[in-house]
Amino acid sequence: MSIQKIIEKFASSNDFILTSNPVQEFIGYIVPANKIIDLLQFLKESEELRFTVITDLFASDFPEREKRFEVVYNLLSLKLNKRLILKVEISEEEKLASATAVYAGASWYEREAFDMFGIAFTGHSDMRRILTDYGFKGHPLRKDFPLTGHLQIKYDDKLEKVIYEPVLLEQEFRNFDFVSPWRGPGEYVLPGDEKASK
Amino acid sequence: MKQELKDKLQNKTTTINLGPQHPAAHGVLRLILEMDGEVVNKADPHIGLLHRGTEKLIEHKTYTQAVPYFDRLDYVSPMCQEHAFALAVEKLLDIEVPRRAKYIRVLFSELTRILNHAMNIGTQAVDLGATTPLLWLFEEREKIMEFYERVSGSRMHSNYFRPGGVAQDLPDGLLEDVAIFNDNFLKYLADVETLLNSNRIWKQRLVGIGVVSQKEAMDRGFSGPMLRGSGIAWDLRKSNPYEVYDEVEFDVPIGNGGDCYDRYLVRIGEMYQSVRIIQQCLEKMPKGPVKSQNSKIVPPKRADMKESMEAMIHHFKLYTEGYNVPAGQAYGVVEAPKGEFGVYLYADGTNKPYRCRIKAPGFAHLQALDFMSRGHLMADVISIISSLDIVFGEIDR
Repeated sequence: MSIQKIIEKFASSNDFILTSNPVQEFIGYIVPANKIIDLLQFLKESEELRFTVITDLFASDFPEREKRFEVVYNLLSLKLNKRLILKVEISEEEKLASATAVYAGASWYEREAFDMFGIAFTGHSDMRRILTDYGFKGHPLRKDFPLTGHLQIKYDDKLEKVIYEPVLLEQEFRNFDFVSPWRGPGEYVLPGDEKASK
Repeated sequence: MKQELKDKLQNKTTTINLGPQHPAAHGVLRLILEMDGEVVNKADPHIGLLHRGTEKLIEHKTYTQAVPYFDRLDYVSPMCQEHAFALAVEKLLDIEVPRRAKYIRVLFSELTRILNHAMNIGTQAVDLGATTPLLWLFEEREKIMEFYERVSGSRMHSNYFRPGGVAQDLPDGLLEDVAIFNDNFLKYLADVETLLNSNRIWKQRLVGIGVVSQKEAMDRGFSGPMLRGSGIAWDLRKSNPYEVYDEVEFDVPIGNGGDCYDRYLVRIGEMYQSVRIIQQCLEKMPKGPVKSQNSKIVPPKRADMKESMEAMIHHFKLYTEGYNVPAGQAYGVVEAPKGEFGVYLYADGTNKPYRCRIKAPGFAHLQALDFMSRGHLMADVISIISSLDIVFGEIDR
């Protein structure tokens, strides 16, 4: 039985729907948020599959979507020499169950997703920030977080200590729009072009 | 209150802060150790002191501008990381890399592996009290960095592997010099082995320390020498050969105990294999172009720009706007010296990545420090840290 069939059979016997979403040469699925832990448990323990290694776990932000965050689980089966990329879509308010119960290695990845995107994982024993400064506010990898950040840090000679202050840019931050009217993504109608097709 | 005080006195744990400025921390690792006398109860690494927001920065840079950020992640194995990014972009663009470029990439990936392992074993020896291996190995590292400089103009931050091929062809005489280096390096490696392998102090400090079982190694997402040290024969160069790894012969050294000593031996073994691969690359190095011939992605030669208007326009467009990558997702992955280094790209059809996720092997390895050092002595923590082969550029990103 192929890998896809085994996984899809598990899904149908547990009453949830998997949407196939391959990433280049790798098998991929979109999984309902409440079923992800059951599925991970199955993938890890199934004798035929043995997806025993969690290679990566990370999130991405799509503010225009209804469910804003996409959490990606990148699993590896050493037995089959196959990767499996599982995706879960969740909104800002939703919480996701922690994968630490299945893979001990998921712990820091989840802390990172919490730090960078503010995704809370329930059942994680140590949900602290990991990469940002002590006392940092905000979630830097969200698309609405500015590249420059909000605070800058410096040593103050008079106070003789390190202080935080609002970011001061000597030159305005420039974000060039490179989308070319000649070779941009999708349909770009130049003003006046609509007359030509009439 | 009295009871609390009593508990505190009976339960004699002390908390020790190690780093972030500690020579054995291999960078800016702040480690909070909960000690029961000499025995570690809990190790809590505080990371992020070198966090520069690479993933966020790359979202605001074109694909060409993103490459140098990869040199600055794991700064002792720069080219392997550019490689992962180049592979991911090439998958999205669906372009083929010329054979010569593939051989150059393999050649420099293996030189980088020696660069990295020489650093790791040298500094591990210093951490544990031996200075000589460091002096010998760093001299060899310097020679490799010279090759880096000759090929890319820079000793460390090379920006050499680019999507579509490599930045420029090898300069005259480089291959001959690599061959000389390659032969001599075996001698140095043998010397290091005679100093360390059966050294009583070295073994006392490493054998049986930080043991990781096969099951634990997989469960904690290990890769590279950390996985192979536990006896799992898994190497992406063998299991999913990229570039021309299927055309060269090499073995995958594995350990059997999963302790620090095994991981040391695996790294030594890998350097011997790298020497073998370099030797074969030198023999088989084909002639031909080193970049894809797609002029919409790969910038033209300087000489062509003097003659051809077309080349001039391409140069201007590629260095201002960059190239557009078709929308889609791709995971480019290589066996970097430290383990599996991957780049997961979300392209949205523009000239900048929508999201660039960097999967760094060291992140998963450092995570296991707590598990590996529990019940060990304070001094063993140093052995374990150095056998993890961590570099904070890639962990903090």
